[in-house]
Amino acid sequence: MSDPANLVTILALLASVFFFVAGSVGLVRMPDTLTRIHSLTKADNIALGFIVVALLPQVGSVADAAKIVAVWVLVQVSSGAVAQLIGEVALAEQAMTPSGLDQPDDGRSADA
Amino acid sequence: MTAVYLGAGFVILLASAVGLVIVRPRSMADRMLAVQLIGSSVVAVSLLLSVVTANPALLDVALMAALLAAFSACALRLATVVPSRPPE
Repeated sequence: MSDPANLVTILALLASVFFFVAGSVGLVRMPDTLTRIHSLTKADNIALGFIVVALLPQVGSVADAAKIVAVWVLVQVSSGAVAQLIGEVALAEQAMTPSGLDQPDDGRSADA
Repeated sequence: MTAVYLGAGFVILLASAVGLVIVRPRSMADRMLAVQLIGSSVVAVSLLLSVVTANPALLDVALMAALLAAFSACALRLATVVPSRPPE
C-alpha cells in the first residue's frame, strides 16, 4: 500500500467513485432535462478520466495502456456528441408538450 | 489492491443502479440519460475488471460498451420527430 503507484491508484479511484455518485445524484435531483444532461455528461466524463488515471500505473504492457487511453478518448468524443443529441430530443419533446418548458413532475410520461 | 478495485466497481455499479431506480422518467430524453449512465458505469467496471483479472479482452468489452451507448443515443435522435419552427 505504500508504493507510490498504488497510492495514486487509490486516490484516483476515490475521486472517480465520488464523481460517479455525484453524476447519479445529479440525474435524480436536477430540476429539468438539460441540466440533467449537463450533470451526467460532465461528472461521468471526469469520473472515467480518474478511472483511467488510476489504472494506468497498474497495467502490464504499453499496448494495454494505449487501449485504456483509447477507451477514454472514445468516451470523451462520443459523450460530447451524445449530449448534443439528447439535448435535441429534449427540445423536440418540449416543443411537443402543450405546457411548454415545464413538464409535470408526478412520474408520468409527458405524452398525455 | 484487488479489494480496492472490486469495492470501487461495486460502488460505481450501485450508484448507477440507484440512479436508475430512483429517477422519475419524465421524458424519453431522461430515459436515455439513465441508459447513458449505465453505459459509462459498464465501461468503468470493465476497465477495473480487466486489471483485476489481468484479462485484456475486457478492454474490448469496454470499447464496445462505449460504442453501443453512443449508438443508442444516435438511434433515439433519429427516431425523434423534430417539429419545424417558424423563423423568428
